[in-house]
Amino acid sequence: MMLEVRAVSHRYGPKQVLDRVTFSVEKGELFGIVGPNGSGKTTLLKLICKELPLASGEIKIHGQPLLALSAKQWARFAAVLPQTAETAPGYTVRETVALGRYAHQRGLFPAWTKEDEAAVQEALRAVGLADKINEPLERLSGGERQRAYLARALAQEPRLLLLDEPTNHMDMSGQVRLLDRLAEAARSRDLTVVAVFHDMNVASLYCDRVLVLKEGKTAALGTPTDVMTPALLEEVFAAPIVRLAHPATAKPMFSFVPKGKQEESPAGGLRLSFLDDAAVLASCQPLRVLSSALIGAGFQWATHFVNRHVGLDYDCRDAEGDMRRYLEQHGFSPERTIGMMTAVDVHDAVWLQEEGEAFSVAVMTTAGVGNAVDAARAWQHKPLVARPGTINMVIVIDGMLTEAAFVQAMMTATEAKAKALADRSVCDPETGTLATGTSTDSLAVAATQTGRTFAYAGTATELGRAIGRLVYEATIEALDRYKRRRGRR
Amino acid sequence: MAVMAAILSLLVGISTGSLSIPFSSIVRILASEWFGMPLPSDIPADWAPIVTAIRLPRVVLAFLVGASLAMAGAAFQGLLKNALADPYTLGVSSGAAVGAVLVMFLGWQWPLFGTFTLPVVSILFGMATLAAVLAFTRAVERQLSVETIILAGIIFGAFFSAFISLMIALTGEELRQIISWLMGSVAMRGWKYSGLLLPFFLIGAAVLLANGRELNAFAFGEAAALHVGVDVTRRKVIILTAAALLTGAAVSVSGTIGFVGLVVPHMVRLVCGPNYRMLLPLSLLYGGAFLVLADVAARTIIEPRELPIGVITSLIGAPLFAVLFFRKTKRKMG
Repeated sequence: MMLEVRAVSHRYGPKQVLDRVTFSVEKGELFGIVGPNGSGKTTLLKLICKELPLASGEIKIHGQPLLALSAKQWARFAAVLPQTAETAPGYTVRETVALGRYAHQRGLFPAWTKEDEAAVQEALRAVGLADKINEPLERLSGGERQRAYLARALAQEPRLLLLDEPTNHMDMSGQVRLLDRLAEAARSRDLTVVAVFHDMNVASLYCDRVLVLKEGKTAALGTPTDVMTPALLEEVFAAPIVRLAHPATAKPMFSFVPKGKQEESPAGGLRLSFLDDAAVLASCQPLRVLSSALIGAGFQWATHFVNRHVGLDYDCRDAEGDMRRYLEQHGFSPERTIGMMTAVDVHDAVWLQEEGEAFSVAVMTTAGVGNAVDAARAWQHKPLVARPGTINMVIVIDGMLTEAAFVQAMMTATEAKAKALADRSVCDPETGTLATGTSTDSLAVAATQTGRTFAYAGTATELGRAIGRLVYEATIEALDRYKRRRGRR
Repeated sequence: MAVMAAILSLLVGISTGSLSIPFSSIVRILASEWFGMPLPSDIPADWAPIVTAIRLPRVVLAFLVGASLAMAGAAFQGLLKNALADPYTLGVSSGAAVGAVLVMFLGWQWPLFGTFTLPVVSILFGMATLAAVLAFTRAVERQLSVETIILAGIIFGAFFSAFISLMIALTGEELRQIISWLMGSVAMRGWKYSGLLLPFFLIGAAVLLANGRELNAFAFGEAAALHVGVDVTRRKVIILTAAALLTGAAVSVSGTIGFVGLVVPHMVRLVCGPNYRMLLPLSLLYGGAFLVLADVAARTIIEPRELPIGVITSLIGAPLFAVLFFRKTKRKMG
């Protein structure tokens, strides 16, 4: 056990800032202390590093009670990277880092030993400042200076590293670089790290375990995934918080929900218009979209849906880049637009709306079945090059959808579409069986995320039923229009 | 180089005066005095006593006083993180002077201490003043800001000056002597005063030199010093005590010589950086040299009369103080 904190309390005058906090940190762990301002996290750290006298409770470092350690002994075990270090004008990086050797030196006029020099060089390498060793401290950037202080802490060759909001005044790149170097140094030196963070995302990304403090009391203790639940954080931070999955690592991310003004009903705010070769659905407020579209796939916020017509001979190799250029040329921001392609005439787009009592749903779809596929037997097909999708669909819902509801809306819509194809006897030309879709269909479910909340959108729900019916009817209509245009040709 | 400068200043100090004595003669006289080497016949016989009995003690005393004040100034600046701190601006010199005047005024002679009563009382008064100034500052605002400390130093300094003036007015006689002592002088004190100062100088200087690394740590703030393993409270007391020791002892033998502790460390810092392991020994050497030369100026500018040495140091120090204060405040504002 590297650090043990047992029943530690602290008062500033009449104010109880820490109330019987207990936790322990294993060797090699990266342990985070999080909480809002005034939750006592910095006080806790100051007690551990003897800046404040310990009045009640017990703290042990590496099995030794804090009170039994002299300042020098303490500094041989542990080092601190403070939130904002005072700068001392004129000192060079080397002189600053050399101070880290203080606790290891003995005697009144100690010699600078080989070990001292090696520790300083090694620490500077670890933080990537080896080439700035003779620079004066004040000529470094803020991030570099903080890394110099980290090097000073590492030169102490501590087993426990304490950090107080180490990246508080840094920009994003400085933050990431410092924390990455820190995590790396911790791993390679078998260092235990205890860090105070006010940024929950940083704590979640870098910590093995976290202690969540609220008004001096332990609110939670455990791995970020387990304990940093929206309910807990909302209670601790007294603000609405949403939790997301990080796209690249298995860690939760958090964001606050600002209080925004309520927008008017989106059905009225939706406008369908046509360019020469595209159908454009525009919303006057941003919509949260889950889609499989060429541009803007996955979860996105978007204000425009562009369904672009391309010929059957369209070269699909750089479809995404081409679509991006197309959007930009026509004045749509690719970051706020869902872009789809189709080989059918977009003027045949079907537009259906249903105004329910508590919600409204709208569907825009274009359909062609040139490359209809039976999904269950698609494995019998020869491998094909992807071609522009032929059944493209946008579903807009006025309401607040959970992620589950988004996925269920996708399922409901897909099932209804398959049923429409079956009812119109559309066949997979290769297998001769009923088709379930085409090889490159796109689907987008969009919601205003205001008004009523829908937890689910399966066929058991009112919303799901409305989606199913609208999608089915729109697909039938689109198929019929497609057939008529083909017949005319 | 600093050692060369120190030796050169000593030679200049001995050589200059109403009677000018060349360096080579000084060296020969000293060699004959200390090592029994024969004195060349071309050197006038009356030069030897001038060198050994009058000028050398004076120059050595000036050197010791200058070295003491400069080191004390460097230590105060480091510990208080305050470029404007020195024994004079902090009021420590004035406090020590009150002690010294009391001893002279009342003719105190404590049993065990004998003639050392003067420096000891002076040191105690200096320490008490420092404690009072810091306590007062802390009572005004917790973070001990530069301006507040200086202001407190000035308040205490003014009060003590008034107190000294009162005592002088009460004595009536010996007025001139005390006043010239007050304004600072190293004249006509013989070896006795150097002997009074030397033990305290050796202790104070040794303690400060041994605390160079701690002073470097304090330059990064008390929290940082604690984090790297400095026993903050203990070291603070040790360093402040040593600095007060140097100041009190220096004041007791030479009066209040202002700004040496401000000018010298500042100049040294400009040349060789803030590292106290260099700054302290260099302040010792250059501080000594500075005061020796200041003394030379004091006795030559309006020859044959002498100026108080404190006049010279203040003439140099006060404008520098103004410049430093201006820069510091400007930086803070924008």
